[in-house]
Amino acid sequence: MAIQSRSPLVNLLIPAITTALWFILLCGVIYPLATTVVANVIFPHQAQGSLITLNNKVIGSELIGQNFTAPKYFHPRPSATTKTGGTDAQPYNAANSGATNYGPTNKKLIDAVKGAVTAYRKENGLADNTPVPIDAVTNSASGLDPDISIANANLQASRVAKARNKPVAEVQKLISDNTTGRQWGFLGEPRINVLKLNLALDK
Amino acid sequence: MILNILQLLIIILIIGFAFVIPIGKYLIKIFTDETDTVLERYTYRFLGINPEEQMTWQRYSQAIVLSNLVFVLLFYATLRLQDILPFNPDKISPAPTAELAFNTAISFVTNTDWQNYGGETTLSYFNQMVMITCLMFTSSATGLAAGVAVIRGLSQNGVNNLGNFWVDLTRAIYRLFLPICFVLSLVYVWQGVPQTLAPAAIATTLEGATQTIARGPVASLESIKQIGTNGGGFFNINSAHPFENPTPLTNSLEIMSMLLIVPALTYTFGTMVKARRQGWIFFGVFTALFIGFLAIILPAEQIGNPLLTQVGADQTLSALQSGGNFEGKEVRFGIAQTSLFVTATTAATTGSVDAMHDSLTPMGGFAALSEMLLNVVFGGKGVGLITLIMYAAVTVFLVGLMVGRTPEFLSKKIEAKEVKLVSLALLAHPFTILIGVGLALVWPKALDSLNNPDAHGFTELLYAFASVTANNGSAFGGLNGNTPFYNTVLGIGILLGRFLAPVLPMLAVAGYLAVKPRVPKTTGTMSTNTVFFGVLLLASILIVGGLTFFPALALGPISEHFELASGKSF
Repeated sequence: MAIQSRSPLVNLLIPAITTALWFILLCGVIYPLATTVVANVIFPHQAQGSLITLNNKVIGSELIGQNFTAPKYFHPRPSATTKTGGTDAQPYNAANSGATNYGPTNKKLIDAVKGAVTAYRKENGLADNTPVPIDAVTNSASGLDPDISIANANLQASRVAKARNKPVAEVQKLISDNTTGRQWGFLGEPRINVLKLNLALDK
Repeated sequence: MILNILQLLIIILIIGFAFVIPIGKYLIKIFTDETDTVLERYTYRFLGINPEEQMTWQRYSQAIVLSNLVFVLLFYATLRLQDILPFNPDKISPAPTAELAFNTAISFVTNTDWQNYGGETTLSYFNQMVMITCLMFTSSATGLAAGVAVIRGLSQNGVNNLGNFWVDLTRAIYRLFLPICFVLSLVYVWQGVPQTLAPAAIATTLEGATQTIARGPVASLESIKQIGTNGGGFFNINSAHPFENPTPLTNSLEIMSMLLIVPALTYTFGTMVKARRQGWIFFGVFTALFIGFLAIILPAEQIGNPLLTQVGADQTLSALQSGGNFEGKEVRFGIAQTSLFVTATTAATTGSVDAMHDSLTPMGGFAALSEMLLNVVFGGKGVGLITLIMYAAVTVFLVGLMVGRTPEFLSKKIEAKEVKLVSLALLAHPFTILIGVGLALVWPKALDSLNNPDAHGFTELLYAFASVTANNGSAFGGLNGNTPFYNTVLGIGILLGRFLAPVLPMLAVAGYLAVKPRVPKTTGTMSTNTVFFGVLLLASILIVGGLTFFPALALGPISEHFELASGKSF
């Protein structure tokens, strides 16, 4: 039957300290380091951040969005990230993820979307009443969203084709070639990785 | 398209709930196994633990408090000394301030993981691994141990014996968390989560700009972050960051991880107290609340923000886009996966986020907030079940008052002493939240930290105090909590929310009930293992929670909802 312990409080202090030190070593050092070693053996590309190299130079990560402003490139979603350690805007700063955190009734949100809608229509030569895909005019959660929706890519296709003197059909084909479907056919959303699409355009 | 979303939800929910019986059985095995493994025996000998010792509720509580205290002191030190500790390849400096270190140490020791800092710009790899990752294991194991101790107390007949805290802690980590997390970490790396000690990568983008890409030992943290319902992100933006959550598959795994252990605990509970139906009734109550809140969030987010349609944005769902309220959301998850994540993270008190909760629609934010205010939709490791048992005691007490009999639960009389303790636990939660919000409203300059005006700003405050008190840790991220006032007050809120509501009073209740002999069932006994009782319990939760928090909710998300519907912005 149960042994009722009557030892003083200080007898609990010893295991409190020894378990703390042991689990720091086990869960805080051995486990992450062992995971690092195994991960880098089995999946070295992903473990290092899925970096893309072109002519021996790192040009980005497959998973992290980057900023594009030139007409000949597809543009990513608006990004609210700022300079590391500052408040000045620096879109797609992958060392300082961040969002606007604007609530749905905040005028700053409404004005920002309004401005983005106008700019998007102008830059893509769209009529003044064309509805603009919501992902093209709202900030992502991370500020580093690598993807855009198919609707968004389709509306940018003719601008990109014009800037590159290519037929729109060719650009459209690249869009469909670079569309990622739902994972395993049902998970998540169909989407287009902007960096990969732009790399395909440059080829 | 609608069908696809439905399919997705159904599949995730089925897989999530298919864990209940196997994991529930495995938990029983872990915590009732008479024999220790070889590794465990050596561990006990080496650490000076007597595994034969059986603890009273008093001693079990002392062990939890002392163990937590040691961790808080150690990690306060590692945070403050970050500048001179190793594994800081990006030379992140300066070390956290005293208030931030206080808040962070308490937050992670209690499984809350509220973060008043951005991970990639504040913490070295040393603290991300040695402090954060380690505490995610020990804090979730501590919560689970407390839950199991309460179950043990309820299953005793006349003996004040809740088990041995050190044994429970060790077994939870050895037999449950470490093996699952190691495998899951590798799955995450396969999908693209980094796991490296190298400094940030420097890239030259296609347009010629320089991009610094922060990375680190992320995967090993990510798996325990979700499995342990911890929720503190490696990166500032948590599970919305492509390196923490790169694909829809990782998002689904993160959702399932949160709901792997907590629902299974109801089965463990039912079996260990020899009232399996009682366990299923509890599971049913949890699930009803969960589905109810999901049914609020998903349509609200899919319908979107009418003010944005007015300025020309297209939020309709089609084959070409997921549409909906998309500010602060990621394309790869879309509305459906995001809504399920929001529901799960505020239910299981994980507090990780794959979208910005501050930018949810008013009703989406209302549901997320309400889950934390009730704090009983599955809830955190062990603590959720403890809270539900607390509500069950309230329910039998209320019903007992109505019919004029001594209330009983699991064949134990619930008497004045237990009711007082339960009331203490029940009241500490709203007391901490509402006093905290009140204090912030009158404290000089505290409102400067708000990111949004009007009703939404009030919701930011309410959400912060609800989140820390429920030990959730998710945030309406616009609120700048890294000020001496918020670091201190939110830190105290975390402590009250963890220890006063519900852990310590409920351990005491379990101890008192353990000592009582079982009373035989009579015709006058109200049985608590019926659907009828489940409905009563659900009603008690909603009425008690509703009465307590309705005024605050009316000032925040509810008034914002009507403002939005009438087209107002601020």
